[in-house]
Amino acid sequence: MLWQIVIGGIAVGSAYALIALAMVIIYKTSEVLNFAQGDMACLSTYVTFMLLHGYGFPFWVSLPLTLLFAFVLGACCEFLFLRRAKDPTVLGLIIMTLSLEMILFGLLSWKWGSDQRELPFPITSYDTFTIGSFYVSRLEVLTFVVALVMMALLFLFFRYTKTGIAIKATQLNRDSARLMGIRTNRILMGTWGLSSVVGAVAALLIAPASTLDPYMMWDPLLKGFSSAVLGGMTSLPGAAAGGYIVGIVENLFGTYVSIEFKSAVAFAIIVLILCIKPSGLLARHYVKKV
Amino acid sequence: MLKISNIETLYGKVYALRGVSMEVSQGQVVAILGPNGAGKTTLLKTVMGLIEDQPDKGTVEFLGRRIDRMEVEDIVRMGISCVPEGRDLFEELTVRENLLMGGYPRRDSNGVAQDIERVYTLFPVLKQRQRQWAGTLSGGEQQMVAIGRALMARPKMLFLDEPSLGLAPVMVRKIFQVIREIRDSGVTILLVEQNARMALNVADYAFVLENGRFVLEGTPSRLMQDEDVREFYLGIKSEVSVKGYQRYKRKKRWR
Repeated sequence: MLWQIVIGGIAVGSAYALIALAMVIIYKTSEVLNFAQGDMACLSTYVTFMLLHGYGFPFWVSLPLTLLFAFVLGACCEFLFLRRAKDPTVLGLIIMTLSLEMILFGLLSWKWGSDQRELPFPITSYDTFTIGSFYVSRLEVLTFVVALVMMALLFLFFRYTKTGIAIKATQLNRDSARLMGIRTNRILMGTWGLSSVVGAVAALLIAPASTLDPYMMWDPLLKGFSSAVLGGMTSLPGAAAGGYIVGIVENLFGTYVSIEFKSAVAFAIIVLILCIKPSGLLARHYVKKV
Repeated sequence: MLKISNIETLYGKVYALRGVSMEVSQGQVVAILGPNGAGKTTLLKTVMGLIEDQPDKGTVEFLGRRIDRMEVEDIVRMGISCVPEGRDLFEELTVRENLLMGGYPRRDSNGVAQDIERVYTLFPVLKQRQRQWAGTLSGGEQQMVAIGRALMARPKMLFLDEPSLGLAPVMVRKIFQVIREIRDSGVTILLVEQNARMALNVADYAFVLENGRFVLEGTPSRLMQDEDVREFYLGIKSEVSVKGYQRYKRKKRWR
C-alpha cells in the first residue's frame, strides 16, 4: 500500500518537476517569477484539443504543432509584453506576468468557455497494468518517462551546446554576454519559448488525468512553484528533486492524514526545508571573492 | 581605424565626457591615462555601445563606418573586442566555456578549438584550470581568461580597461608582455590604464584624460618629459626643498 502511494506520488511529482523546471529556466535568466506559466501551458493544451477535436488531426501531428505553438507563444509573451517595459524592476515584471496570466485566462474562457472537456489523449489513466504487486497506469509511466527524457535533454542542452552555454552566460552577466557578441534579447526570447515548451509538455501530461478547463493548471502551477522554491529557485536538478518530493509527500499525506489539507502540505514542506536550508535544497552558488 | 569625434556622454544630467576626440590607426597601441573618475571607462563603454542612448553628441567611426548608437553585439561582430574593467568573467562557467563564449559569433568550430589551444599556449596555467569555474581563479588568472576570451573573437581591435588593476607586480609585467605579443600579431590596441609607467612603456601614443576632457596628448617620450605627467602620473618630484620635501603643492598647468 505504502509503495503504491509512493509510485502515484512519483508520477504526479514528475509533472510538478516539469513545471518547476519551466519556472526555473525563466527565473534564472531574468529573475522573474512567471505566474503566467500555468495559463501559457493551458493555452497550449487547448490548442492540442482544438487540433485533435476540432480539426481532426492525428495525435502525432498535433503534438509537434502544439510544441511549436508553445515555443512561439512563450517567445511572443517575452517579445510583445515584457520587453516593452523600459528599465523595469523585478517586482514590476512579476506584476506584468500576473496580468499576462489574467489576459490568457480571459482568452481561454472567452474562446472555449469554462466547460470541462476531455482531451482525447491516446493513453488514459484507466488502462493499468501490474508490475510485481503494484498497479501502475500507462499514463503514470508515460509521465515519468517523459519527465526523465525532458530533464536529460535539458541537461545535455545546457551542458554541451553553444546556445545552452550562451544562455547560462547571459544569466550570469548580461553586459559581459553582449560584449561576447551574444544577442541577449534573442536568448531571453528563446528561454521563454523553451520554458513554455516544457510547461506545455507538463500540461499535456496533466490534462488526461484530470479534465480540461481554464482552471486546470492552477493547482499544478502552485505545486510546481513550491517545488522550484524547494529546490532553490536557480537549480534545475533542485527543481526536479523538489517536484518529486512534493508529489510523494502530498500523496502520502493525503492518504494517511487528511485529504482536505493535501494541497497545503506542499507549503508546509517549503517552510520546513527553508528553516533548515534557507537557500533551498540544491542551490549551489559561487561566493564572490572581494 | 577608429575615429572618435567630439563625443559627449551624460549620466542623467551629469557630463562624464565633454567633447572627446581621438584617432587610432592600424597596428598602434594607444594609451589613455587619467585619475579615477576622469571618464576613461566611460569612454570605452560609450564606444562599445554599452551605455544606452549615448553618446549624446559626436560620432564614432570604425573602419570608415559610423558605429555610435549601434548595438553592442553588432559592434563586437565588426571586430572590436573588449576586456572590461574588473574582468567580468562568467564566474559559474568553466575557463574553457568562458573562452568558448568569446568565440560565440564565429561559425568555424574547428578554428575556435584551435584558438582555444592558442590561448593555452599564451597562458599555460589556463590549460590546467580549464575545467574549473572561472570565479574560483586568482585575480591574475582571471585577467588571463578575460584577455584570452576577448582574443577568441579574432578582433581587429582590442580594448583593454585597466588590465593591471589589483594584480601583483609580477603579474602586471606578464600581462604587459602579452599585450606586446598581441600587438605584434597585428591587433590594434586601445589601452586604458592608471599604471602610467607600464602604459607609456608599451604605447605608441598616449592621451591624458581629466574631468571628461583630453588635457594632454603626445608620444610617450614626450609625455615622460612633461613636468606635470612626471609629477602626477609617474611620481617623480622635480622641485624639492633643501630639507628634502616639497614646499608647496604644485598646480597642474593644463587646468
